[in-house]
Amino acid sequence: MTILHAVAPPPPLDHSGRAATTRRRALRLRESVTAFLLRVCAFSAVAGLLLIMVFVFREALPVLVDPVTRHEVGVSRIFATPLWQPVGNLPKYGLVPLVVGTLKVVLVAMVVAVPLGILSAVFASEFAPTRIREALKPVIEILAGIPSVVLGFFALIVMASWLQAVTGSPSRLNAVNAGIALALGIVPTIFSVSEDALRAVPRSFREASLALGASPWQTAWNVTLPAAGAGVAAGILLGLARAVGETMIVLMASGNAAITSGDVFDSVRTLSATIAAEMAEVVVGSPHYAALFFLGAILFVTTFFINVFAGVFVERLRRRLAGA
Amino acid sequence: MRRRLVFYLAGLLLVAGLTHCGGARRATPITIKGSDTMVILGQRWAEAYMAAHPGTVIQVTGGGSGTGVAALINGTTDIAQSSRSMKDEEKAQIQAKSGQPPVEILVARDGLAVYVHESSPVREFSLGQLRDLYTGKITNWKQVGGPDASITLYGRENNSGTYVYFKEHVLDEADFAAAVQTLPGTAAVVNAVAQDPRGIGYGGAAYAKGVKEVAIKADDAGPAVLPTLENVNSGAYPISRGLFYYVRKAPEGPIEDFIDWVLSPEGQKLVTEVGYFPAR
Repeated sequence: MTILHAVAPPPPLDHSGRAATTRRRALRLRESVTAFLLRVCAFSAVAGLLLIMVFVFREALPVLVDPVTRHEVGVSRIFATPLWQPVGNLPKYGLVPLVVGTLKVVLVAMVVAVPLGILSAVFASEFAPTRIREALKPVIEILAGIPSVVLGFFALIVMASWLQAVTGSPSRLNAVNAGIALALGIVPTIFSVSEDALRAVPRSFREASLALGASPWQTAWNVTLPAAGAGVAAGILLGLARAVGETMIVLMASGNAAITSGDVFDSVRTLSATIAAEMAEVVVGSPHYAALFFLGAILFVTTFFINVFAGVFVERLRRRLAGA
Repeated sequence: MRRRLVFYLAGLLLVAGLTHCGGARRATPITIKGSDTMVILGQRWAEAYMAAHPGTVIQVTGGGSGTGVAALINGTTDIAQSSRSMKDEEKAQIQAKSGQPPVEILVARDGLAVYVHESSPVREFSLGQLRDLYTGKITNWKQVGGPDASITLYGRENNSGTYVYFKEHVLDEADFAAAVQTLPGTAAVVNAVAQDPRGIGYGGAAYAKGVKEVAIKADDAGPAVLPTLENVNSGAYPISRGLFYYVRKAPEGPIEDFIDWVLSPEGQKLVTEVGYFPAR
């Protein structure tokens, strides 16, 4: 009812005298109020980001400065112990197994997702008939819409058993299991961004290549893909950022054992899963609490820089194609 | 439009007023503080009791047994829930403050079962073996009477009271092996062990579905005991403990009514539902 009232057509215009002036003034006022509201909306996201940043870093700061916290979690101790066992008489906050675990899962996920995402993007943009492409895109994007908890649950219950049957690995939940589930989560990102980049490559590039006698595959691989390279790189980086920060999938599918090893069939504990698993019950302000925020700050900085690099690549692609 | 606004405002005021009156009419709440292991149990008791006795308010918070006992000593809680017996010096502090020792009431018992896969031939562990398993000294099933296969250890997240209890009572405060896979919740541990022939896990006995419970020996010579109701209640099962309520003096009034209800069959039924063993 309110909405109808707001957009109801104004009465027939009278272009003269004081009534018109009042109307113009009202219009201007409405205009400026709208502009102000839009500005508030736009900046609220920025403000939110700033607040989160300040909060995370402030809560993590005791790890660096507070003497009591440093006694338990100081930076030198974080790297000295190979164990992450923050609860007990002698709490141990070893960061190394968590970082190694995160790297292992992300590596597996990228090894699976990058070829899959890029090659399906090449297929969709260069080879697929329109009909198939129109079907393929939404299906892959639906994959992006699957909640990560569902992917994690699938990996925990179903995929882990398949993988164990195939690989014979002693540990059912491990970095490979979590990494593949994670790959399912980031393929859509890599696919969408790469596909957009490939489609943005001007037709003249392909025509020139084909005219010189290159086959369609040679054209796609040697001309179109390199031309879209910066955009594809941006897609990979955005996928990487999501893989580093993704929590629910790894929490459920990785087994969460803080082991420092190079074996991808060992169970792993990631930075993000550690925060998710432990934050709920930690005493606010305790060394354990500060340590978890320290992990959060590391994740924040990492994904922030990955995103910045992705932005740089997108900009580079835009300039290159515009200049072409 | 304006009329509707007035209507909403009036409704809001009405609700606020009612809430306020309700608050003023209520008696001072009974506060319960302490063991994180007992928080869920305490809350279930409080909810059920408040539903049956409108007008009574019970607030349950965690923080750990030590926190609860300290609050009882300081007089900031009516009841301390504790998953360990009070230490003598803590009792002395209460005696010094109130002139009489605190009253201990056993409200439930907690037994930790150790699970293996249903196909496993392993039937019993000694506490020493269990310690060696979870600290990573034993890594192959053949060392404890099973087939030649590596062992996959499952456990709880370190925020769980079960984790702490296992670390204190089974591992003697030693560190868990890094290879222990931690899962959220006992149900997840049971599910993992049920699917993993190499797996071993621990958790509340009430959760053991689709897995085999292992009998535990207190020492190598002792009898192997399964975590049944009788064995946990008699104390014969080695990994069990009492869950206690402590009050500063003999309870009276609403607190006495509540504790009596907790110990009644109705209250003790909730103990089983939450996954512990009834005290009586």
